[in-house]
Amino acid sequence: MTRRRTRTTAIAAVAATAVAVSGCAGWGSGASSSADGGAVNVLMVNNPQMMDLQRLTAANFTAKTGIKVNFTALPENDVRDKISQEFSSQAGQYDIATLSNFEIPIYAKAKWVAPMDDYIAKDSAFDQDDILKPMTTSLSSEGKIYGQPFYGESSFLMYRKDVMDAKGITVPPKPTWQQVAEIAAQVDGAQPGMKGICLRGQPGWGQVFAPLSTVVNTFGGTWFTKDWQAQVNAPAFKEAVNFYVNLVRTHGEQGAPQAGFTECLNNLMTGKVAMWYDATSAAGSLEADDSPNKGKFGYVAAPVVKTKSSGWLYSWAWAIQQASPRKDASWKFISWASSKEYEQLVGSQLGWTKVPAGKRASTYENAEYLTVASAFAEPTRDAIASADPLNPGVQPRPAQGIQFVGIPEFPDLGTQVSQDVSAAIAGQTTVDEALDKGQQLAEDVAETYRERGQQ
Amino acid sequence: MSAYAPGTRAAQLGLKIRQKKTTRSSTLIGIGAWIVGLVFVFPVLWMVLTSFHREADAATNPPSFAAPLVLDGYRAFFDSNPWPSLLNSLTASVVSTILVILLAFPAAYALSIRPVKKWSDVLFFFLSTKFMPIVAGLLPLYLFAQKVQLLDNIWMLIAFYTTMNLPIAVWMLRSFLAEVPVEMLEAAEVDGAGLIRSLREVIAPVVMPGLAAAALICFIFSWNELLFARVLTGTVAQTAPVFLTGFVTSQGLFLAKVCAASLVVSLPVLLAGFAAQDKLVQGLSMGAVR
Repeated sequence: MTRRRTRTTAIAAVAATAVAVSGCAGWGSGASSSADGGAVNVLMVNNPQMMDLQRLTAANFTAKTGIKVNFTALPENDVRDKISQEFSSQAGQYDIATLSNFEIPIYAKAKWVAPMDDYIAKDSAFDQDDILKPMTTSLSSEGKIYGQPFYGESSFLMYRKDVMDAKGITVPPKPTWQQVAEIAAQVDGAQPGMKGICLRGQPGWGQVFAPLSTVVNTFGGTWFTKDWQAQVNAPAFKEAVNFYVNLVRTHGEQGAPQAGFTECLNNLMTGKVAMWYDATSAAGSLEADDSPNKGKFGYVAAPVVKTKSSGWLYSWAWAIQQASPRKDASWKFISWASSKEYEQLVGSQLGWTKVPAGKRASTYENAEYLTVASAFAEPTRDAIASADPLNPGVQPRPAQGIQFVGIPEFPDLGTQVSQDVSAAIAGQTTVDEALDKGQQLAEDVAETYRERGQQ
Repeated sequence: MSAYAPGTRAAQLGLKIRQKKTTRSSTLIGIGAWIVGLVFVFPVLWMVLTSFHREADAATNPPSFAAPLVLDGYRAFFDSNPWPSLLNSLTASVVSTILVILLAFPAAYALSIRPVKKWSDVLFFFLSTKFMPIVAGLLPLYLFAQKVQLLDNIWMLIAFYTTMNLPIAVWMLRSFLAEVPVEMLEAAEVDGAGLIRSLREVIAPVVMPGLAAAALICFIFSWNELLFARVLTGTVAQTAPVFLTGFVTSQGLFLAKVCAASLVVSLPVLLAGFAAQDKLVQGLSMGAVR
């Protein structure tokens, strides 16, 4: 009797589960495939700024507009894969995705993302003119705007002021790379276990080649000429990579071939290096309350050689999928997430160091923001303002982009070449060998563009 | 008697030496087993310890054992509303495992106890469905799901996990059923039991450990599956492993959070494993003992 009852209960439980599940597609919530004006689906990278946004949305945006926002947050590489798969098939599962200024012009040409100009024209409160000009340029294609920045960054040189003072060194406001190399040699070993400089060595087009491409640009090199001739083993490219590899091998951080953004951030934060050339967005973490050397950091422009400026330009921006049936609601969300009002909200509720900055001129006029960000606000704004994604080096380019070449093949090309450069940093190969191999790979890409006759 | 004495003494001595040797070698084997065990368990223990550390302590190199223990990682995990993802994983794993067992059991019966014609070809066919690398089916399945409007739908995952695990379950159950003596079935038939009754009352109790082992393996495979879940789900049907990857970030520290989340997500599998431990050991050794 008891056995039979147990069995009946088990069968009933299974049946109940099946019935419950059969009625729905899952336990999470999402906008339906039809034009559901009351909800939007957002696919985004899980950076801290996005996670803050996720926390603040329901109580502020949804409460005000009635539009529910369903987020999917994934790590950077995963989200890139998923977005490219979702947008290339125009699945319409997500309305909005975070894309960088690398993808947006490419996606715009493929007509995977919707232009925003009509929405911008009708939404005066958004104030497009307040968005920093290089940001708008890098998120546009053929005169139309396809993305709105959530936060942006350039690159600059960060250093320990106290270490420099102790050695009697003054870091110039616009240093050259030769000066940086000299300073790195002087401060190497200034404190026990402290190296001169941290430079990324981790393979990846977005890792070692983010800072390294800016060094190549300012040394006069380029990946491709305007008429698609590969230049990876040309003298200027070689000189730049040799300089970078030598600097990191002689005065760079421990474990350089594996060091990326996070490792270098930890190194400078904890006093294992005296300088670091990387993203301006790192300054917020260096000056955060839990940073052990808060207030001891100085910031100067990205080092140069032959160009006036050399900082990169990067932005995580919102884009609307062309296949989305909920474009109006999507724009409302974007307009709120990239607004001055949202920055104010983050500043007042989470603290001004957490504001997704680097996109609006007004942020750098905000007294409250400047109070906490005075050390790095001006260098950041100047770095972004001086970045020119259309003309980053000494010669005309075939595609836009500073630390990358704005073509779909670049992630693959950059990552393959970066593996050899990283091996050169580890001492397993020479720069010449790495770049000769890279030249062949780049030439394969260049050839396809020459054949297509694209300029 | 005395003539035998030296020989007996020698034999006793030999026995003692052998016993000593056996004790020594079993001690060595014991120590070796402990070392191997610790090597395998160490990463899990390390994960448990790290999950109770603060992010800054979790990221130090060399690692700090004595850092203060906090619940921040677990708080961050539960604050991020993991319930829909855990329920989705549970639904997909449980429903697909039930379907697999319901389909695999009769199939295995037809391949072992009352073998159909060319049963070995059928068995080989089941195996051949696993020949293709699973990733090769990723894009076609995604496009199929898109066309039939089953993207981000838990039923798509249930169907996929069922087909993914069915060949394994058929093979496992077939080897368990092959152990059942045909005489038992014949005796039941003589006593007037029909097929269903024989299956339920004669075969099922004998192969229950094997059934439990097969079910648990299917459950574990479904619960831990990430590749397809990441591609086929979104906001509605997202599973726990996909949710877990959301804690890995390229900006900022995440080790403690990921360890806490991994531990919570691993718990159902660990609990199921412990609950079915006896049956599992019986089941997995079933085919080995003849």
